[in-house]
Amino acid sequence: MNVGLNEYLILSALLFAVGFLGVLVRKNTLVIYMCLELMLVASTIALVAFSRFNGTLDGNVFVFFILTVAAAEVAVGLAIIVALFRKRGTVQVEELNALKN
Amino acid sequence: MEHTLFYLFSALTVGSALAVVLHKNTVNAAVCLLLSLLGVAGIFALLDALLLSVLLILVYAGAVVALFLFIVMLLKPQTKPNKPYKKISIAAGAFGAALLGLGLCSFVTRGQFPTAPAAEVFHAGLKDYGAMLFTTYLLPVQVVGFLLLIAMLGVIVLSKKFEGQEDAK
Repeated sequence: MNVGLNEYLILSALLFAVGFLGVLVRKNTLVIYMCLELMLVASTIALVAFSRFNGTLDGNVFVFFILTVAAAEVAVGLAIIVALFRKRGTVQVEELNALKN
Repeated sequence: MEHTLFYLFSALTVGSALAVVLHKNTVNAAVCLLLSLLGVAGIFALLDALLLSVLLILVYAGAVVALFLFIVMLLKPQTKPNKPYKKISIAAGAFGAALLGLGLCSFVTRGQFPTAPAAEVFHAGLKDYGAMLFTTYLLPVQVVGFLLLIAMLGVIVLSKKFEGQEDAK
């Protein structure tokens, strides 16, 4: 085990930052959703690294549950996006301004 | 060896994540997301979490990215170009990125990192997972099963077409 905990944590922070950048700059709801998934996966890297360096399995079991919840969340989120597309005919965030005025 | 693998997987992960953010085409972005998740699975394997790395590939590559690709192809591709960003949002974005970059740089250069070695003994076999899931985490397992049922029902209701509901032309 040569690679330290810090390398894993910096990788996790970097991946989270890239995902956050995507959420901020992209205008397509689907791509924003993909970037949200990236942020979720980045946080799981930190959990697995902490679990490995602590020598306990609890962090890994947490990540197991996070994967399950993420699968359910993606299904529901994509169903919402499809419903939105059927109602409005677009998935660009700048055109989804029904709450304005 | 381990260093090489770590940097290889890290570069794959972060590079493909950047490609997800920067690529214009949504289908290409989804495929880059798949590549990025493969890199994360490699990182998990380096951290001795083999079950999680297999599960990540199965759940994300097999289900999530496939679902994303399916939805991307179902929806109409965007035809007109994006509106340009406003000046104030460009300024705010540059300021935020600079702040984040500075924070990360000072974190890497000046931070006082603890250098604890990894735990020597680490059992992460299927047997250990099973023992934990059926003793300590029995209630969460049941709750997650219920959550999956609710999510399935929710998706069915969300994608059903009700009477009198009008679609956009």
